[in-house]
This record gives sequence, structure tokens and C-alpha cells, in this order.
Amino acid sequence: MSENTTMTANGAHHEHENHSAFGFWLYLMSDCILFGCLFASYAVLHGQFFGAPTFKQLLDAGDIEFTTVAYETALLLLSSLAFGFAMLSARKSNKSGTLLWMVVAAVLGAGFLGLEIKEFIHLISKGATPESCAHWSAFFTLVGTHGLHVTIGLIWMIVLMIQVATKGVNSNMMPRLTCLSLFWHFLDIIWICVFSFVYLLSMV
Amino acid sequence: MLGILTLKDIPYNVPILVGTFVGVVIVGLAVLAAITYYGKWTVLFKNWLFSVDHKRIGIMYIVLALVMLFRGFCDALMMRTQQAIAFDSPGYLPPHHYDQIFTAHGTIMIFFMAMAFMQGLFNLIVPLQVGARDVAFPFLNSLSFWLTTAGAILVNISLFIGEFSTAGWLAYPPVSELQFSPGVGVDYYIWAVQISGIGTVLTAVNFMTTIAKMRAPGMTWMRLPVFCWTTLASCIMIYTTFPALTVSVAELTLDRYLGMHFFTNDLGGNVMLYLNLIWAWGHPEVYILVIPAFGCFSELVPVFCKKPLFGYATMVYATLTITVLSLLVWVHHFFTMGAGASVNAFFGIMTMIIAIPTGVKIFNWLFTMYRGRIEFTAPMYWTIGFMIVFVIGGMTGVMLAIPASDFVLHNSEFLIAHFHNTIIGGVYFGYIAGMNFWAPKVTGFKMSQGLGKAAFWFWFFGFFLSFVPLYITGFDGMVRRLNHYDNPDWHMWLIIACIGAFCILCGVVCQLLQIFLGIWNMDKPGHRDVTGDLWDGRTLEWSTSSPAPIYNFAHIPVVHARDAFAYDKEHGIDTRRTSEPYQDIVMPKNTSAGFWIGMIAFVLGFGAVWHIWWLVVVCAILILLIVIGYSFKEDKEFVIPAAEVERIEKEHSRKLMTQVAE
Amino acid sequence: MKKILPKITLSVVGLASTLMLGGCNLVIMDPKGTVGQGEKQLIIMSVIAMLCIVIPVIIATLLVAYRYRKSNTNATYAPKWDFSTTIEILVWGIPMCLIAFLAYHTYVSSHELDPYKPIAAPADNPNVKPIKIQVVALNWKWLFIYPEYGIATVNEMAIPVNTPVAFRLTSDATMNSFWIPQLGSQVYVMAGMQTQLHLMATSPSAEGYRGVSNNYSGAGYSDMKFRAIATDQKGFDEWVEKVKASSKQLDGKDGDAYKHLKNNQMEYAKQNEGNVLPEPVQYFGTVKHHLFDDIVMQYNHGHYEVDTHGNPQAVPTQSNDNHSGE
Repeated sequence: MSENTTMTANGAHHEHENHSAFGFWLYLMSDCILFGCLFASYAVLHGQFFGAPTFKQLLDAGDIEFTTVAYETALLLLSSLAFGFAMLSARKSNKSGTLLWMVVAAVLGAGFLGLEIKEFIHLISKGATPESCAHWSAFFTLVGTHGLHVTIGLIWMIVLMIQVATKGVNSNMMPRLTCLSLFWHFLDIIWICVFSFVYLLSMV
Repeated sequence: MLGILTLKDIPYNVPILVGTFVGVVIVGLAVLAAITYYGKWTVLFKNWLFSVDHKRIGIMYIVLALVMLFRGFCDALMMRTQQAIAFDSPGYLPPHHYDQIFTAHGTIMIFFMAMAFMQGLFNLIVPLQVGARDVAFPFLNSLSFWLTTAGAILVNISLFIGEFSTAGWLAYPPVSELQFSPGVGVDYYIWAVQISGIGTVLTAVNFMTTIAKMRAPGMTWMRLPVFCWTTLASCIMIYTTFPALTVSVAELTLDRYLGMHFFTNDLGGNVMLYLNLIWAWGHPEVYILVIPAFGCFSELVPVFCKKPLFGYATMVYATLTITVLSLLVWVHHFFTMGAGASVNAFFGIMTMIIAIPTGVKIFNWLFTMYRGRIEFTAPMYWTIGFMIVFVIGGMTGVMLAIPASDFVLHNSEFLIAHFHNTIIGGVYFGYIAGMNFWAPKVTGFKMSQGLGKAAFWFWFFGFFLSFVPLYITGFDGMVRRLNHYDNPDWHMWLIIACIGAFCILCGVVCQLLQIFLGIWNMDKPGHRDVTGDLWDGRTLEWSTSSPAPIYNFAHIPVVHARDAFAYDKEHGIDTRRTSEPYQDIVMPKNTSAGFWIGMIAFVLGFGAVWHIWWLVVVCAILILLIVIGYSFKEDKEFVIPAAEVERIEKEHSRKLMTQVAE
Repeated sequence: MKKILPKITLSVVGLASTLMLGGCNLVIMDPKGTVGQGEKQLIIMSVIAMLCIVIPVIIATLLVAYRYRKSNTNATYAPKWDFSTTIEILVWGIPMCLIAFLAYHTYVSSHELDPYKPIAAPADNPNVKPIKIQVVALNWKWLFIYPEYGIATVNEMAIPVNTPVAFRLTSDATMNSFWIPQLGSQVYVMAGMQTQLHLMATSPSAEGYRGVSNNYSGAGYSDMKFRAIATDQKGFDEWVEKVKASSKQLDGKDGDAYKHLKNNQMEYAKQNEGNVLPEPVQYFGTVKHHLFDDIVMQYNHGHYEVDTHGNPQAVPTQSNDNHSGE
């Protein structure tokens, strides 16, 4: 959510950009702690299966595949990269370049989300449902919250694409794109943590 | 269509609730009629409800806080009366009703009274003190307020539709789990807390950005007024700890709505996870509340003692120390869970260490008074009262922080007395002192000093009458939240406590009178503050007119020293720079988006409580559309022409001259 | 202001003396057990230490406020004075010293009065063996199991004086806190987890010390009380015989008698708008072996897996507690 309020009479737009990026950065730190609490919950509750299929059983049976998770990771990282290119284009006020890269980023992000949903459905079909035990409650909540963030990011990206398409890359647009880019990269970092703590640690 | 809501969820057979409902309807209709009669609907919406002006939002926050204070205080009176008569008898409140009352009392007082009041004070003062024309994100500010209001309405609607939570203000599982609380009470709690919590985090981000980025030229960090420092500290704590509240309550929501197992007894749930998460927020929360109160005292003591704050740097460091330490003490709320002695000792000692910077602050105010010329205004009464009450609260706090003492004091009435001692004596006294001190700045009229002082005495003695008995019954093994009891030793003390509560009621009435009379007399001569500098203030907010113009400062002030305005006055510098030519000022336009999002969030919460899922989906989509629609809007600002600014400023100067002439 | 000062002083003195006088017969100040006695001394010591600063601060506040009132033009006025290194050192130093003193006692007392620490047999009774009591919190009553005697009681327990008591506690419903104020410490009881508490009564009480739940647990919380009878060994043996004589049996965790005990008040509350009848004292002459362990384990899928601190504990059937950090 970007704010554009002229603060001084001589209205330096440069200053606003700082404000929303700074404010949004602060918000992200808060969001980061939110994920920290979800990770803490997962750390406390992990291993509490109580008859539900365990992570290891699902892994051994091939229901959780390392390759799927690797694809997810790759898609999200590439999406982040694509958004980086979009930002570079935006800085050069290159409207079509910005749009193109944003479409690429959105498609890759949607691909990530699709794979994640597919994985969730598969897990649930194998009996590893969020209601089955504390472990899977914590798992679905942690990974799902990240997925929810990605969904919000995608909606935001579509809105900004429409705005870029209709209004072009102007000084009003830049802070918004900066905020989204912060958000999108932030979700990458969170995913790396999810990938390491939730998947890798359980696999070894 | 209506989810699980049916006609029998309307408690028409409970006389107390029906009476309350009739009262609310009568008062509500009277207010609506008055607004219609005076033709104020447009003004109300356009100038207030849709306003993004931080001063107006601040006033609305404080109005909300006072209404919630009234509600929470009624709960307190009912509890005190129940305990006064429920010796060897069931009293007049059955457990199911009584349990809702103590839950509502805690929830309302913390989330909707204290938090709202605090955000109100931030709004009133921070932009003025840093020499800014508004906060960093005016729309978000309006949105924060309306989300807080949405939560408040949700809690209060539970009186008349369904029920409120009976699980205590922190909704400890497993009592708050579906297994033991199958009703909608806990759901009301959940949605009210979550919706207002989002607003609070947005406020924190907003004010941190404002303070970090929008200080007037020359206002270095060490020239920042202490109230702004405390706001900053409080906001840092809000935005680092509210996520813990969000997560703990969200996980409880998932348990209740989707059958997950975070905190259930069975299938691996862990109650202690909830306790840790919620207290990781809950303990910093009391510092979130009390630190801005310390800020109020730090601003008004120098003004009324006619000398600068003693040990400004110490005050700042003490504040920051408390901010950091507050994050490291949460386990002291459950020493009795059976953690190891070393764990307990660590958290106990960390807790006590907080007493050091807090003690330092008390000494600093004391030495500010020392060799001053103390003017005994109402805010100063509250301050001295605070210093007396709060050191006692601090002492009992350290008693509770020693794990081995806590094993016999935990959860007893002693604990209740302790935290009311710090929250009434610290937070409430501070906010009221601040309100008495700053209200003229934003309203333009003075508040009655006599009624303010009367309110203080009622509160001061009422506090001791109410809570010293609880300290005593705590020592007599009385536990909290008792609906009835059979121990004759407690009866007398609980009657005294009840008398104390009614004494406080007189204080509340005095305060309401103070506000009503202030508004009633606002246009009478002698009641207006024409100078803008009612108390011979020291900081920038006093350099502009009262009420401050919409743009706050025609010229952004230049800061030469700490206590910028005092310095300017002393050195004959015109802070307002009246001789310089005025320029156009660009200000944010009012917007209805925040109001509507708040109201729709309330409906969304209501739908979620009653499992009316179509409504939830519709509301979520509407909120999304409003946010997107707002982001498409281009003309979010308007220009106040230089001529208009000049006219307003000249008018103020003229008033100032007449004042001097008189 | 002249009128205010004596008013405040009077009220403070009045309240303080009420506190002191009242203190004589308050249960926390009149402990009947070793743990409670330790805690009483700790409280008194810490309060005195803190009053050494608190009282001077209150008096100084009032004196300074009175002396430097605006109308007193005789008093020194230092309009620029806002810093003094000496005072800074003092205002940081004095609280630090006090807190250092209290921190030392906190550390020592946390270990000494740790509820998990077994109590040594008293000097006058050196060969006595601790008595084991298993406590189960139900909604809304206390179930006491004496595993060594094979008996169980509801809302009444008995202990011999001058004999260490080792409690193991759990819940088969909501979270509660088990507390006999006059004997000392309380501890939380939680479903699927087990906590420990060690107490020892030093004086007998025939009608029993009051015992309560000290963590709100729902509608019947106010009546979740019991009596802890403390007698000499002979009296205790007689009490055990009296309980054994009862024909009532407590079968396993899935047995009808136990299920009825567990659910009766909650079902009553459901049918009566949340009103709860207090549970009468009951004696069970026999109780199923390992009932306590079965109750703990039913939430743990038959295993002791839960540990609130997340550290795996290789303890088989005897103790699973969230006690760590030793």
C-alpha cells in the first residue's frame, strides 16, 4: 500500500518514496517476526504425529518429493529475479520492459503457488491433514501463510501491472514498485527458511 | 443464510442486558436526533469520520477510549459488587455472566481503552512536537483508527447478540478451545483482537516513520522531545511483539475453526506454546502502554516546574533500556509452570533489572521538581499521585518477579492489585495528565482545573480503597476471578474494595463533567486558549495556535536546541517566522476509504463469528476492491493557497496581540 | 498544597499500618509448612529491602513538591539546572545495588524453593520416607491418588505432619494451578503433561488447610476447592483406613466410575446454563493401578513424548515433566 502525500510545500517527490519504502520496510520486519513465531510453533510441535503419517513415511513413500520442492524453490527465486529485471526497466522508465518482466515474475510466482497447492492436496489425500495432528497443523499453517503472502503479492502485482499499463512508469509508480519488490524478495528469504527448516532438516 | 446465528442467541431473557440495550438505544437515538436537529451529519462525516487530520483522529481515538473506559468501568463495578455480596451466597451474577464480565473488562481496558487512548495521544502530539504537518501515512492513520473501532464495536455487539468469551482476557487454552468453550464468545474475542491489532501495527509503522523521517530541520535525535522518544520506543515494541499476539490468536482460531491441534489437549497440542507466544506480546504490552505515559510526565513536569527536564539523556537511555529488556521477561508470567530453577531465576532477575531504569526515571522527575517553581495544576496532581502510587506498584512487581515469592503470590488477588497499581497509577494517571495538559492545544478550550483535581482525589483515594484490600486478600490466599467464596476473612476487605470502586466512579463522573463543561463553555470568554501557549510550554506544539490549524505550521519550524520553543522564546526568535512570505501548502485530502474498510472489517468479523461465510467472502472482496480502488486514485492532495495561510496566521497574530494588550 | 500534604501522609501511614497489622493472620504470613516459611521470609526480606528506597522516595516526592511550590519564593530556583554527574551516578547506582542484592537472593531462593526439589526428611524424623500423592485436576474437582495405599479421594487429602510430600500432578481437563496457600508453592497442572511439587506440613490441622485451583478453568472454578488435612502419623493411618473402608472403586480411565467423575459437573453445567454444583468429598477404597499414568498418557498416544521445552527426555513411565535447566 503506497502513500503519496506531499509533506512539504515545495513538494519533493523524492522524499515520499523514501517514506513509503521505509515504512514498508518496517512493516516487513514485523511480518518477519510473525514468520518467526510460526517457525517457533513449528519447532515446538514438529514430530507430534499421533498416528498421522509422519514426514519420513511420506518421504519414503515418495509422497513428498524433493524434486517438487526444488522446482518450487527455483520458480520463486526466478520470479524474484524477473521482478528485479522489472525494477531495472522501471528505473529506466521502460514501460514495456517493466510490464514484460512483471508478467514473467507473476507467471513464475503462479507456478510456485500451483505446485504448492498440488502438494497440499496430495498430502491431504494421504491423510496428512491439518486436523490430523499438531505437526501437520503447524506445517500447513507455516507453509500456508507463506503461500497466502505469495497470493497477496500476485494480486498486488496484477494491480500494479494494470497501473503501469494505464499510467506508465512515473514518479508516483516507483515507490509502489519498490514496495512490491521488497515484499517479493522478502518472500524469497522466508521461503529459503521454510525450505531449509521444514524440508531439508526433515529429509536428512 | 445466517450461519449459526438464531433467534435464541439474542439474550432477551437477561434483565441486565436488556436494560443496557434499552439504555444504549435511548442514548444512541438521542445522539442521532441531536445530530439531525443541529444539521451536523455532513460535518460529522466529512470533517470527522472521513478525516485524515491527525489531530481529529487523535480526538476520535480519545473519545473511543473514554467510551470504552465507561464500558470497562461498568464491568469493574459489577465485579466488585458481586464479590462484595457473594460471601457464602451465589451473588447476583451467575458464573457464566460473571466470567464474561471479567473477560470483557480486561479485553476492553487493554485493547480498546488503554491502546486507543495511547494512539490518541500519539496522534494529538507527535506530529506537532516533531514540527511536521501530518503523519507519514495519513490514510493508514485513518484506517488504523477505524480498524480499532471495528474491534471495539465487535466486543460490544457481543453484549446483545450471542455472548462474549468467558476464557479471561488472554483466552488461555484449553479453556478457550472448542472443547471447553463451544459458544461464540471466544470467536468475538479473536476477531476483535485481530482486527484492532492490524490497526495498532499500522499505527506503529506510521509513527516510527513520522519520527524517523519527518522531524523539523535541526531536530537531531538528542533534541527530540521525550514524549516522541517514548512514542518511538512504544512503537518499536508494538511492531516487534504484536506479531506474536497475531500468531497465537490466529493459531487458536485455526484450532477452533479448522480443527487443528496447536493448543488442544489431544493430538500433540501444547498449551505452553500459547502461553509463551501470548506473553511474548503480553509483557511488552504493559511497557507499550506505560512508556508513553512516562513520556507525558516527562513533558509536563518541566513545564509546570519551569525548568528543563533533569537528565534528558538518561531518560532517553532508560527508555531504550526498558524497550530492550521488556522483550526478555515474558516467562515471569508463568514461573509456576514448572520450568527449572535456573530458567526462573534468569527471567526473575531480568524482570527486576527493569526496575533500575524505571527507578531512574522516577528520580529524574523528582530532580526536575527539585529547585523548580512548581505550579500545582491538575496534570501536576496526577503526576505526583503517579510517583507515589507507581513506586508501590513497582515494589509489588519486584515481589512477583522473585520466582519463589511468586509461587505464593501468582494469580492471587495480590497480582490483580499489583497490575492495577501500575496500570491505573502509571498508564491511566499518565494519560489523563497528558489529556489535561494537551487537550487545549487541539480543542482550543481549557478544561476545568477544579474538576480535574477533584477527579484526581477520587481516583487517588479510590485506588487505595479498591486495591489495598486486594493486596491483603491476596496475602490471605484469595485467588483471582472468583465468582463466590466462603472465607469470612475476605468479606470485609471486598466490601471496602467495592466502596473504593464507587469512589473511583465519582472520579470518572468528575472527568466526564470536566469534558462536557469544557465543550459547553468552549465559546465563552475566559474558556478559550487564545495564545496557543497555555502553560508557557517548551516544545514546538505550543508555538502554533490552539486549536492548531489544519497544516499545523505555516512555516516548518527550525529547531535550534532541545526544548525548541523554550529556546526560541528565551532568545527572542519568532518560531512562527511571521515576517517571511507564506507559501502554498499541500495537504492530504480526506477520504472515506478508511472508514468503510473499518466498517466492512467489522461486518467481516461478525460474519466470521457466526460462520456466515458468504458475508465474510463478500466483505473480504469489498475491502480488497476499496484498497485497489484507493490505490488508483490520483488526486489525494489539495492545496491551501498562500493567501489563505496568511489570513489564518494573521488572525492568530491579531489574537496574540490583543492578548498581550490586555 | 498545605492541606494536601498531611492528608497524603496520613493516608499512606494509615494504609501501611493496616497492611502490617493485617499481616499477622494472613495465611501467606502464617505458613504451616517449610516451603511456605521460606517464602514468607523471602517476601519479608525483599519488602524491607525495597521499602528502604520506596519510603524515602515517597517522602522526598512530597517534600520536594511542597518545598518548591510556586508560592514559596524563599526556595532556591535553578531554572537552568538539568544535569549533575553525582546525582546521575546515585540514581543509577542505588537501584543497581538494591537489584543486585535482590538478584542474589532470587537466584539462591529459586533453587532452594524450587517446587521440583525433594524436601529432606526433618531432623526430628530423619528416617521418614516421603509420601507420594498423585493429583489429577478434573472439571471442577481435585482427584488425589495415593499409589502406595491404592486409594483415591476427591476434594480432600490428608498428609502426616513433618513428612515430605511428593506430588505428581496432571490434568484430565483444563489447565489449573494446584495450591495450598498455607503450605507454600503452587504449580500448574496440564493435560498430557506432568508437573511436580514438594511440600511438608509442620503443624497439624484437623479441619484441613484450604486448597484451591489458582488458574481460571471455567464455570465451576470458584468451587474447585479441597481441604488438606495434616495430622500425626497415627491420624493419617486412621484416615487411610477410613478411605479404604469405602466400597467405592475407581476403575481405569475408561471405566464408568471415572468417566462419571470426570464429566458429571460439565454435563450438569451444559444443561443448566453454566451453573455448577460443587463436588462433595468422596472416598474410593480401591483405585486401578497406574490410573495416573494412564491419564497422562492418553493425550500422548501412549507415549511420553510431550515436553514443553522441546527437549527430548528419555524417561520411560515415571516422570515426564517440563523441568529443565538444572
